[in-house]
Amino acid sequence: MRLPALLLFAFLPLAAHADTIPVAVAANFMPVMQKLAPGFEKQSGHTLQLSSGATGKFYAQIRAGAPFMVLLAADDTTPLKLEQEGLGITGTRFNYATGQLALWSPLAGAVDKDGAVLKLANFRKLAIASPKAAPYGQAAMETLQALKLDATLAPKLVQGESIAQTYQFVATGNADFGFVALSQIMENGKLRAGSVWIVPATLHHPIRQDAILLKPGVNSAGARALLDYLKTPAARAVMQQYGYRF
Amino acid sequence: MLSPDDWSAIRLTLELASVTTLLLLAIGIPLAWWLARSRSWLARITAALVTMPLVLPPTVIGFYLLIAFGANGPFGQLTQVLGLGLLPFTFAGLVIASILYSLPFAIQPLQQAFRAIGARPLEVAATLRASPLDTFVHVVLPLARPGLITAAVMSFAHTVGEFGVVLMIGGNIPQETRVISVQIYDHVEALEYAQAHWLSAGMLVFSFAVLLALNLLNRREAAA
Repeated sequence: MRLPALLLFAFLPLAAHADTIPVAVAANFMPVMQKLAPGFEKQSGHTLQLSSGATGKFYAQIRAGAPFMVLLAADDTTPLKLEQEGLGITGTRFNYATGQLALWSPLAGAVDKDGAVLKLANFRKLAIASPKAAPYGQAAMETLQALKLDATLAPKLVQGESIAQTYQFVATGNADFGFVALSQIMENGKLRAGSVWIVPATLHHPIRQDAILLKPGVNSAGARALLDYLKTPAARAVMQQYGYRF
Repeated sequence: MLSPDDWSAIRLTLELASVTTLLLLAIGIPLAWWLARSRSWLARITAALVTMPLVLPPTVIGFYLLIAFGANGPFGQLTQVLGLGLLPFTFAGLVIASILYSLPFAIQPLQQAFRAIGARPLEVAATLRASPLDTFVHVVLPLARPGLITAAVMSFAHTVGEFGVVLMIGGNIPQETRVISVQIYDHVEALEYAQAHWLSAGMLVFSFAVLLALNLLNRREAAA
């Protein structure tokens, strides 16, 4: 019993170049990251530890000393702030993808491809992510303002605390439509179910999603390898299938 | 300090807790009485069911409420047929969720109080020709007073402290479902720590005061 355990420890230093990398992943990017992870792990020998959540919450956790080595944010302001505060490593911040906002219903034919259904306003509830905390929520609010519908639709709005919860409100039929991330409703380049209006990028600020290496990962070859991997054409091809642009 | 939004969250929370407590007492008193007296299998099963919210994570309750009360869920179809629309994202929906969630906090003290009375006072009342209803109102309820107070206070306080279920079925609508706990969560998410502090410290003081008052009350009742 004891001898095999000792042997195991004896071999551990040999495996030291294979890192375990805790990664904070914005909720909208999680489906893609799960698809990318096995390929990266196989190719590099490192292991990824993915945590999905709201970017604002990650920011608070990182400031409180969370052990994340990499942040894949849902915006470009949070990584910038972390860099300025010395919690992110200067020179590692880059735009890994630009997200697309989509008006979605799980029912076929419910959403027309110009989003005119919003102007009809003959529905009960429209779900958006919290505009205060979630970049996709902010983009949804900007879109409603650009369409001059923010005042008329205000009584119909329900807020999810994250884009994941917003999706859940719509998917369970409790809200008729919702502004979600295109990545949540796409798979392999196709809409998974229902009907969608892909919101033109002219109606809101671009949802530029930045990544940054964090302090706990400064000496991790694996964490840097992951950031490089996200820039490869292979990785970008997968992101594209989920509706991200570059 | 506190913004108008914070105040409206406080008012909404107190409304929700008051309505929930009144309804819980109305449902809880007969239910707890039956549970305390009956030895049937049905009573045992019911007792286990009403205790479940105590051990289930709020996410389970919120998730199933969302599905059951959604457009395709069994209760959602029922409420639509009845012309009530869908309950998630409404005050009424929060009341129903809170009743489920706080049920054990009302039932347990009531059940214990009813059980502690025993059969003797009921027999005495019966020999004096009191009707069962008479006995219940004039003998049982006064004797169970500490249990009634505990049930009411705990239902109220537990509803004020509710978060997970409300977050999942509330939809964060001002003046309708944005209660204090959700408002605090919003402040923290938006990094408005000063405002989060005011509300959080308020909750801390409130819950301490409630539990202390309950303790003092129970001691006085025990001494009397």
